[in-house]
Amino acid sequence: MSTEPNATGMKPLEAAEAEEAMREVLAGEGVADAASELAPGVPEPETLAEGQMEGDPAVAEPACNQDCKIITRHVNVFYGDKQAIFDVSLDIPDRAVMALIGPSGCGKSTFLRCLNRMNDIIDICRVEGDIRLEGVDIYSGEIDPVLLRARVGMVFQKPNPFPKSIYENVAYGPRIHGLAKDRTELDEIVETSLRKAALWDEVKDRLHAPGTGLSGGQQQRLCIARAIATRPEVILMDEPASALDPIATARIEELIDELKQNYCIVIVTHSMQQAARVSDRTAFFHLGRLVEEGPTEQVFTNPREKRTQDYITGRFG
Amino acid sequence: MHHDWNSPQQLARLRRRHAANRRMKWIGLAAIGLAAGALALLVISLVATGWPAFTQTRITLQFDLDPKLVKPDDMRKGSWRKIIKTALLKEVGPVKSRKDRRKILKIISRGAAYELRDHVMKHPDLVGRTITYAVLAADPFDQFYKGVIPEYIGEGEKRFFNPRLGSPVVVAAFRKLIDKGLVSAPFNWGLFFNADSRLPEQAGLAGAIVGSFLTLLVCFLISFPAGIAAAIYLEEFAPKNRFTDFIEVNINNLAAVPSVVFGLLGLALFLGWFGMPRSAPLVGGLVLSLMTLPTIIIATRSALKAVPPSIREAALGIGASHHQMVLHHVLPVAMPGILTGAIIGMARALGETAPLLLIGMNAFIPDISNMGILDPATALPTQIYSWADSPERGFVSRTSAAILVLLGFLLVMNAAAIWLRQKYSKKV
Repeated sequence: MSTEPNATGMKPLEAAEAEEAMREVLAGEGVADAASELAPGVPEPETLAEGQMEGDPAVAEPACNQDCKIITRHVNVFYGDKQAIFDVSLDIPDRAVMALIGPSGCGKSTFLRCLNRMNDIIDICRVEGDIRLEGVDIYSGEIDPVLLRARVGMVFQKPNPFPKSIYENVAYGPRIHGLAKDRTELDEIVETSLRKAALWDEVKDRLHAPGTGLSGGQQQRLCIARAIATRPEVILMDEPASALDPIATARIEELIDELKQNYCIVIVTHSMQQAARVSDRTAFFHLGRLVEEGPTEQVFTNPREKRTQDYITGRFG
Repeated sequence: MHHDWNSPQQLARLRRRHAANRRMKWIGLAAIGLAAGALALLVISLVATGWPAFTQTRITLQFDLDPKLVKPDDMRKGSWRKIIKTALLKEVGPVKSRKDRRKILKIISRGAAYELRDHVMKHPDLVGRTITYAVLAADPFDQFYKGVIPEYIGEGEKRFFNPRLGSPVVVAAFRKLIDKGLVSAPFNWGLFFNADSRLPEQAGLAGAIVGSFLTLLVCFLISFPAGIAAAIYLEEFAPKNRFTDFIEVNINNLAAVPSVVFGLLGLALFLGWFGMPRSAPLVGGLVLSLMTLPTIIIATRSALKAVPPSIREAALGIGASHHQMVLHHVLPVAMPGILTGAIIGMARALGETAPLLLIGMNAFIPDISNMGILDPATALPTQIYSWADSPERGFVSRTSAAILVLLGFLLVMNAAAIWLRQKYSKKV
């Protein structure tokens, strides 16, 4: 690990520089210069990709000194004959936010959907490799996909509440999984979930109004409440704020910050600023390969890879 | 250099484009006008011909219910025709010729005796009293009173007395009844509540309506659940392979098969092979459900396909199993589309004639008191077919009236489809 200065080995001075550079990233100015200074010494992207393909443990097993909730090794995903994900190995820590970034079509959403086997519903999709949730291979048959999805909740890009009441939206998961013994307990779960999703105060007087009648941001928080209601360990978020206005986005980001105290969160985002704001670690995907993974500050301020740097500074993507 | 948007060529081009827009609009309007005109013509001609059938000429007479003639012990053996004859002659006045008397008696329908008998059987306390009761006029006089047939046919030299009305003496007697204010034409409830009859003035659609209802009930109970189940399997569970492709192609082909073929299939299969009763609504319903099934399957599949994938993902994403996703989320959202498809399929089945004729569902049903799904029956379209074949003048207007009733039922069903669709869509 000592050879890889990406996780813990950040000296105070570097950190300060990083912070400075990151502010520039967020401001969107002067980034190119900062990035080009850092560019020398970074191996050619192709070479690195090769190394990953061979499964070089130094690269394939990123530093993860917290408890890793999900460990993936050599994941390949195919849609028919077309390969969408190439040999991705990524560790996802518990009680933290992992952001997956990358240009459109880079496979980050596909990878996210492997983590709760949502790709199963696509007939032509085939997943190879090892994905372990707390050490148990989720594709081995040891975990039923139905139970897996209760443990690994998901929030989608477009808010998709059921065309039912707010209460029913949240109560549905606990009900089908038998998490509540009686009505009182179910009411309790609904209330706690809505509180955790910071929606309770806005909807407590109209729990039986249709969920589809809420605003976009409220709908997305309702979807988060619905995901929380099954008491998951992991929450996957596929661009959860891309359909929302800035104010609603800010509320969702605040919420993500709250939720990471108790959950392992994996978020796919197109917004670099969002990744920088909410995540603890960031993984950069490009053309189906995991290019780089590390603490968010380091990935944004001192990326090891030129491609990462080009992407976050807006040269492509 | 900038393009000159105001050049003559450019302006001419713009004019041509606007002219094309207007042309398109007018062609569309003309097409709609043509369709609406054809529909209006159909409805107007039906109403014009069928209108007289919605009223029925009746003659109000004083009937002396003498117990000697009524025979209260068994009224079926009573001399009802004699009671009617006495009552009629009392109003018309003495008629010398026996032949004329017999002809005058034909003003009253032959069914009147049974009508009067049933009325007295229902109210036995009337026996021994003199009652006022409006009895059915016979068909020619019914038509004559409504102005459908004239007293004299032809013009000038060729002008001759309408033989349907018996003789001028009879018409004179009928006129006398009219002058006394005894003839009236109230709304014809019998059209809806009477069973079929050989006498047009007595024939009604009750048997056909009950038969159609039972047939559609059987059809619905079979094709609705089976159609939805088949569609759910094909759309949600079946693997996509050659076998399911083959099934899909065949379902689409079945939807296009002429209905008479289904009738032949029903005749061979249900009547020939299984030995089911002829003319029964059960068999009619089975045949129609074969015909409706592909329609419902196709409608259900497209309704299921139209459910946004986000709802499926939402359900699966919180750990719903496949069948929970389908039953709890996809099906309720697809329901308006499914119901619309089903009702339109049922409406088509309601109007279907050929398959019912082939299995003999054009039975003559003069009594509707015990109609079951295994008893011989008739249906609205086959009733129309039978009546259209009858020579009596009264059946001409009744045929049109029956078509109007059938169209009315179709309208109600389609309105129900729209209502259900809107009701369910609002909930979503």
